[in-house]
Amino acid sequence: MSELGDVESLLRSALRPVEPAEGLSDRLERGLSEITGAAAEELADTELSAMRNPRNWGRPVAAAVVGGAATGALVLVRARQRQKKRQARGLRAVEKGVQGVSAGLRRRLGG
Amino acid sequence: MDEVAHRSRLDSDFTELYRSHLRDVYSYAYYRIGNHHDAEDITEQTFLQAYRHFERAQLESHGRPLRPWLIRIAHNLAANYYRDRSRRPQIPLEDAALVSALHDTEELVQGRQRLKDVLEGVAKLPEDRREALIMRFSLGMDNKEIARALDRTEGATKVLIHRAIKQLEQGLKEGGDE
Repeated sequence: MSELGDVESLLRSALRPVEPAEGLSDRLERGLSEITGAAAEELADTELSAMRNPRNWGRPVAAAVVGGAATGALVLVRARQRQKKRQARGLRAVEKGVQGVSAGLRRRLGG
Repeated sequence: MDEVAHRSRLDSDFTELYRSHLRDVYSYAYYRIGNHHDAEDITEQTFLQAYRHFERAQLESHGRPLRPWLIRIAHNLAANYYRDRSRRPQIPLEDAALVSALHDTEELVQGRQRLKDVLEGVAKLPEDRREALIMRFSLGMDNKEIARALDRTEGATKVLIHRAIKQLEQGLKEGGDE
């Protein structure tokens, strides 16, 4: 230890990781959901053009399922984050978490 | 069905990357830029850009962790932020609310000024040294990861961090002598 104290330990304290605001996660997940939705649509279009071949008739359905799954994965991220906060914040956070997941599901069904 | 399964796996992997490193990217952007608003913008842009190039990055990573690649995207966006707007780094601890959020009462009483001095010292360092310290002490990245993020060798990164700490220590000492 120098007279300044341990600079490395001061750096660890001064540069502690910062949690992003919940609004940022929401915005990000919305943006990513839009992109994954667009990618799924593109994939479905490609698959649709392959419909001329009867051997490929099952594929567009699978593409749509995957598009939903991709968006669903992002909704799951939010659900997990809210689950963590439920443990810390109690009943109020439980209600908020359910609302968040419902909103995500509504988006999935609407998109 | 191969393409469908492939895309599904990519999205699942990206979701995992996002979940694991949102705080890392945000912390990096925050300490790099110095305010929450612009740090949020950079974090958002980082993940959107990462999603577009994720498939290639995963292929080229050969199984290595993708955090350095993600931080490198944030690094490029932060560099553009300064270049486009001719800005200088701000000192995060000038935000009194953040001080309260980050540190408990005892630390506030005993070390607030010292932590402020450290952040001021970090802000005065050359860009590459400042970045290396943020990656090491805020994100907990090792030399190998930092080297990949900064596109340097591990040896050069070790020297960079050593010099950054020495320069900071010297600056704090001189500040304390005044």
